[in-house]
Amino acid sequence: MNDTGSLVTLAPDSSGPAPTGERWIRFAKPARWIAIAGAVGVLAAPFMAWAYRPDALDDVSFWGEPSPLQWFAFALGLLLLGCLVAPFVIKPRPGRRPRRLLAFNRGAKAAASGSLVYFAVASAAIVLELGGLVALEPGAWAGLAGALVATVATRALPEGHDPRLQFLNTPAWGQILGIVGAVALVLFAAAYGLGQDGASTFVTFGVLCGVGVYVAARVGVMGWLSAAAARNRRALVLAAFAVAFLFPMTQDGSDANMSIAVGVLIFAATAMGLNIVVGLAGLLDLGYIAFLGAGAFTAAILSRSAFATLGWSPPFPVVVLISGTVAAILGLIIGSPTLRVSGDYLAIVTLAFGEIFRITMNNLDGVDGPNLTRGSNGIPAIPDLELFGFDFGESHMILGVQIGRFANYYWLMLLVLALIILVFTNLNHSRIGRGWVAIREDERAAEAMGVNVFGLKLLAFAGGAFLAGIAGAVKAHVDVSVTPDQYIFMESAFLVAGIVLGGMGTVGGVLIGASILKLLPEKLRFFEDYRLLMFGVLLVVMMRFRPEGLMPDERRQLEFHADDDELAEEIGENIEAHVIPSLAGAPEPDLKGDDA
Amino acid sequence: MLEVKDLVVAYGRVQAVKGISFSVEEGQIVSLLGTNGAGKTTTLRTISGLIKPVSGEVWLDGERLDGTPAHAIVTRGIAHSPEGRKLFPRMSVEDNLLLGAFTRRDHAGIKQDLDRVYALFPVLGERRQQPSGLFSGGEQQMLAMGRAMMSRPRLLMLDEPSMGLSPIMTQTIMRTIAELRASGTTVLLVEQNAQAALTLSDKGYVLEVGRIMFTDTGEALLRDDRVRRTYLGLDL
Repeated sequence: MNDTGSLVTLAPDSSGPAPTGERWIRFAKPARWIAIAGAVGVLAAPFMAWAYRPDALDDVSFWGEPSPLQWFAFALGLLLLGCLVAPFVIKPRPGRRPRRLLAFNRGAKAAASGSLVYFAVASAAIVLELGGLVALEPGAWAGLAGALVATVATRALPEGHDPRLQFLNTPAWGQILGIVGAVALVLFAAAYGLGQDGASTFVTFGVLCGVGVYVAARVGVMGWLSAAAARNRRALVLAAFAVAFLFPMTQDGSDANMSIAVGVLIFAATAMGLNIVVGLAGLLDLGYIAFLGAGAFTAAILSRSAFATLGWSPPFPVVVLISGTVAAILGLIIGSPTLRVSGDYLAIVTLAFGEIFRITMNNLDGVDGPNLTRGSNGIPAIPDLELFGFDFGESHMILGVQIGRFANYYWLMLLVLALIILVFTNLNHSRIGRGWVAIREDERAAEAMGVNVFGLKLLAFAGGAFLAGIAGAVKAHVDVSVTPDQYIFMESAFLVAGIVLGGMGTVGGVLIGASILKLLPEKLRFFEDYRLLMFGVLLVVMMRFRPEGLMPDERRQLEFHADDDELAEEIGENIEAHVIPSLAGAPEPDLKGDDA
Repeated sequence: MLEVKDLVVAYGRVQAVKGISFSVEEGQIVSLLGTNGAGKTTTLRTISGLIKPVSGEVWLDGERLDGTPAHAIVTRGIAHSPEGRKLFPRMSVEDNLLLGAFTRRDHAGIKQDLDRVYALFPVLGERRQQPSGLFSGGEQQMLAMGRAMMSRPRLLMLDEPSMGLSPIMTQTIMRTIAELRASGTTVLLVEQNAQAALTLSDKGYVLEVGRIMFTDTGEALLRDDRVRRTYLGLDL
């Protein structure tokens, strides 16, 4: 590698103005050694006690016996040390240009500041839980000091070249192996994270995951992974689905996490339906939760509950279709007069519709209208589903693992979500999807192209409502009871927030956004009172630093950074590199390391 | 082919087009000339159904066209490349072109027409996956024309195709229009650049504040003193 710290080898392709750190470049050599010393401190810390008493984090009060969280710190330290030492080990072969696959200096900087954040969060958790700085034992101080030293010292290292790992010509099985590995890692992280009972442990582990992703991105692994994922979409989807399918197996029959997971899936499925309306067609719907509610109420009324008001209970597949249809009809009813207005007006009308739905459900109690929903009591005691002789309420033994009630519903919801994602992606890449995007971009121009603007908007509205109705039908059985106050405006707002957070119009982004928004408050009960405040802050921060969402749609990225020519070019190139071969069936572009 | 009879169009109480009649014959290039506010763009927008006329009729091949919604008019064989191009800047070249073919479902034919556009404008073919917003004005105009061609129109309406373009680019665009006519497309052209438009046109109509002042063949209009004084800036 070229960046052993000397002045001359500053890579020619390190783009942009020199960061402030470059001024300290003459200290690069000593700084590397100082940083290595810091890394040693970080490595030593896990073998010392961090806390005075065992009841903070996952018991970090022992000497010489690191707890899992301490082992993670050790892994971070190894990563940091590896990035710092690598340039000594990997020398450029004589007569050849260096390969520059990984950006070790950037990785070292990221790992150093990441460990600092990790130790800071862990120490803060210990201090808060045990009451005071006295509770901190030498291990925590050693880790903090080591990470701080490393962070400061790595600032003096040159930024170095852009990692080129993503251009490496990897065989297809290697790419798929990488994808499977990454997805398996996600499964492990999810299972481990959800298994943590203490909120502070959960937060600390969450910080670790964030740091890990950040370091991987800076070193260049993420670039390779996303390039591989772009070329092996099917493998990625299969692996992700398989992992999601296996998740209940990691839970040992415990329902605590599975009930949360089902909630996340229902929320994600609903968000994905809304994603058609908001992300593709660009119609801001602030009352979308009403369609979920319509599906849930329809399923409840048609269920075998003793409180169901119609006394007719068809088999569940029929109920699902009816629920979806009822929601879609509601969508048509609300859509046909209101879709002629757009933008803010549509948002206001849909917001009002959401409230009208809730109040109507409250009033269909036999006093103010026909008794359909039993008013604010709702419909309780909805029995568990029984499909093809499979009782969703019972525990089953599958492959020697206990699969509880919520795990059953989890699998059902997984199927529903897969169906919704399938509908979404097919629509997105179809003629209709193109029409929606055109409407979102410029309604008048779309009309001039022959796009039936009103018809397509209505289709988006009704289609999105149908999908929400299906999710609602399952939700009714998962929740056992359906009441109007489950479908308040706040839920609609969170759905929109999840979409914006993840990245409008994408599948992966919306899944991640919805999971974060649903998971955090479930896992962090203490934070419930501040939930809205935190989400508000989160969204403001997002709008400032990453308005296109966590996993942006490439088309969208331009929208928010239209004045950034460099980014525009880059996106153009990326799209060409990834999309053209798949579109035209042409051979893949020759992406080799530059010495190949 | 296209027959416009006593067309009156108003924005609120202001009449932009005050009863004009004209016709476009199959295989011709017909120009509408006039200064700003003459009602040229309004006329095109009315024909393509984006505005509803107050009175008057639009006929295409003996069928009444006015009152038909815009998206249905595209299927009848009229394509409109609007003023200011109105591309979808964040969508790729190819997506823009495919949107032009939105009303069609014959995949083989669409593919064929895509290739035809790329052959006509090689620049577009080279950059087909790039967002159209990154293109220069001339390239955008090519894309706008290509997009309008994608619906395989029998009548192509171009609104100010030379607006904001360099003289060389204007020439390229005009040459393309001539080629389109040669391949059998009828063109209704709105232009401020009267010289360029009339050189090509079989027929020209000169509009002023919503009325047709006079009409003649393109050549004759080029020699007409009134046209030369008003639109060609010649001091006679």
